[in-house]
Amino acid sequence: MNAPAYNFAYLNEQTKRMIRRAILKAIAVPGYQVPFASREMPMPYGWGTGGVQVTAAVLTPEDTLKVIDQGADDTTNAVSIRKFFVKTAGVATTERTEEASVIQTRHRIPEAPLTEEQILVFQVPIPEPLRFLEPRETETRTMHALEEYGVMHVKLYEDIAQYGEIATTYAYPAKVADRYVFDPSPIPKFDNPKLDNCPALQLFGAGREKRIYAVPPYTKVKSLDFEDHPFEVQSWSEPCALCGSCHSFLDEIVMDDKGTRMFVCSDSDFCARQRGER
Amino acid sequence: MTALLSAQSVSKSYGARAGCMDVCFDLWPGEVLAIVGESGSGKTTLLRCLSGHLPASSGKVHYSMRDGRHVALDEMSEAERRLLMRTDWGFVHQDARDGLRMGVSAGANVGERMMAVGERHYGHIRATATDWLERVEIPEDRIDDSPWSYSGGMRQRLQIARNLVTSPRLVFMDEPTGGLDVSVQARLLDLIRGLVKRLDLAAIVVTHDLAVARLLSSRMMVMQQGRVIEQGLTDQILEDPQAPYTQLLVSSVLQV
Amino acid sequence: MSAVLKIENLSKSFVLHQQAGVRIPVFDCLNAEVEAGEAVAVTGPSGRGKSSLLKLVYGTYRANAGAINVLSNVGWTDVVTAAPRDVIELRRDVIGYVTQFLRVIPRVPAEMVVAEPMMDRGIVQEQALERARTLLERLNIPERLWHLSPMTFSGGEQQRVNIARGFAAHFPILLLDEPTASLDTDNRNRVLELVAEARGQGSAILAVFHDEAERRIACSRSIGLD
Repeated sequence: MNAPAYNFAYLNEQTKRMIRRAILKAIAVPGYQVPFASREMPMPYGWGTGGVQVTAAVLTPEDTLKVIDQGADDTTNAVSIRKFFVKTAGVATTERTEEASVIQTRHRIPEAPLTEEQILVFQVPIPEPLRFLEPRETETRTMHALEEYGVMHVKLYEDIAQYGEIATTYAYPAKVADRYVFDPSPIPKFDNPKLDNCPALQLFGAGREKRIYAVPPYTKVKSLDFEDHPFEVQSWSEPCALCGSCHSFLDEIVMDDKGTRMFVCSDSDFCARQRGER
Repeated sequence: MTALLSAQSVSKSYGARAGCMDVCFDLWPGEVLAIVGESGSGKTTLLRCLSGHLPASSGKVHYSMRDGRHVALDEMSEAERRLLMRTDWGFVHQDARDGLRMGVSAGANVGERMMAVGERHYGHIRATATDWLERVEIPEDRIDDSPWSYSGGMRQRLQIARNLVTSPRLVFMDEPTGGLDVSVQARLLDLIRGLVKRLDLAAIVVTHDLAVARLLSSRMMVMQQGRVIEQGLTDQILEDPQAPYTQLLVSSVLQV
Repeated sequence: MSAVLKIENLSKSFVLHQQAGVRIPVFDCLNAEVEAGEAVAVTGPSGRGKSSLLKLVYGTYRANAGAINVLSNVGWTDVVTAAPRDVIELRRDVIGYVTQFLRVIPRVPAEMVVAEPMMDRGIVQEQALERARTLLERLNIPERLWHLSPMTFSGGEQQRVNIARGFAAHFPILLLDEPTASLDTDNRNRVLELVAEARGQGSAILAVFHDEAERRIACSRSIGLD
């Protein structure tokens, strides 16, 4: 199969325009979930169909694409999506964060600081942060419209009551530009501070739920918390076993069946660079 | 002084069928009004119209806001009406599952309204929730338990605490003791009676049980086929009923 | 002294819709006045509406015609035509009503039953309870019962709790419906003392006494219903 059989980046131009309109609206109303006519993609829901459609809509032939899954460039999901765009768009790809102009990600924000020249595209499974407490879509929309966000704190209250601290560690809700509460997708809460005042444009696509939302560059993103239980990120007692970094998000890796474990950077590019520099 | 809530010719029809017709009354601060009648008499429909859950087909319901404005429910913005419902009003459902968030703990159920109006201090929320559980006679060590683990009577008391935590001035109750054992009912009624008196609450209580009306209310409205056929002081209605239906209702109560 | 309660052309009958609409007349065009500081007995054979008259004045029964004017510090109020909340206010501030039967509310202790009408009027709890205890003591209710709900009390004890409740709050108008009916001699005398004290403090009393001797001690004149 050869690329010319498809339009650039798989989707036809009409579809891309439709998605771009949704993206523009999302940028205009930071944190607001814009409905869009999500298409069937040649991959199952849950594999990042929302992110892929957003990437396809923003991609130009001059772009350099990086795709990561859980921080790594070499996992199945990342490899598949990268190959998909190589085949359908012929764009250059990279594993290095600072070389990429478009980064599609699942569950992480790269450790390296992003720039104004970059777009970060998140894959989102469940875009609605209120869903946990309110199953009715009509009701959650009204709650967003009226800024009725008290229930979000109910969830955090439950955490503290049960575990003595806010135990939510990923998909940690935050308020965008002092208005909409949003779900930053299942990134670890370690990454939440990176959302705030980020120079790069951050776009979120949920394919199955047919929603797009955005955090424009340099937008305030405040993680929800209590006055007496302020928002905190995770920390580890040991540095990365490979690169020695003390400031990156670490994955726990089980080494054998005797319970030997090691902690290593989840951002594979960052880890490799740190090792190279050392 | 103005009435807290006043209903003017409130009617609600479902197509050709009338839910309630032409209901007029004033409720004053601190007053408890019982609406009695048999199933299908329109009392729950009326309660839902009065509490803004159901738009009336015609007529007006006015409410005196805390800032002194006298506002018609249907002229309020949705945001204002919803804010009213979770601050100055309470609604106690017959089935506690309709009024509670069953997926979260008792403490979170009580704390929710506080968080909804902007309380962001966990310690304060926790302390207030503990205090309210005590006031509705729920042991403090049950604060982190799910309402699923509560008995029917406890759930109902939890629902009451959840509603009263924002110090509302008006509480709507739809058969608050329905479906409970008689002994549990008595305790709940006594608790409600005490709270209403101590907090100087106004309440509108829908019930088919005249004993509930006698214990809780100072005034009563009797409904039949969607219309109010008689209203007055509770002891007047019970001891000197005028309308044939009210006489039947009163004489049908079994004496123990 | 001048009248604080004026009953004018009062008529009352009951219509029993469940019994073929039969109409039972009670009385027609009744007129009476009670002055502050006097006790007036309502007399007549049983079934003539002695209790009904008290209930009409209290607003529990609704008159067919006529007026029941009650003087309070806001002026005259006609109980027959007054709005429910005005009647509720009169009951809080002006008219007290003592029957032989206590309506027991589960779990409310005896001393609170007595203190409640005072607290409704804004008297602080401690003060109200103090007066409640004084009265319970005078009416020979043993101290160990004060903290208990009258639910389990004997008929006579319940009646005395009810009397204490009625006399505690110093109502300007008191309606007494056989307050001594099931009491022993000592307690009867205590009640008669309370009636005399209330008169001395200026209360207007309208009372039904079964016993003629007691009636003569307590009341200065009577209204006959025959």
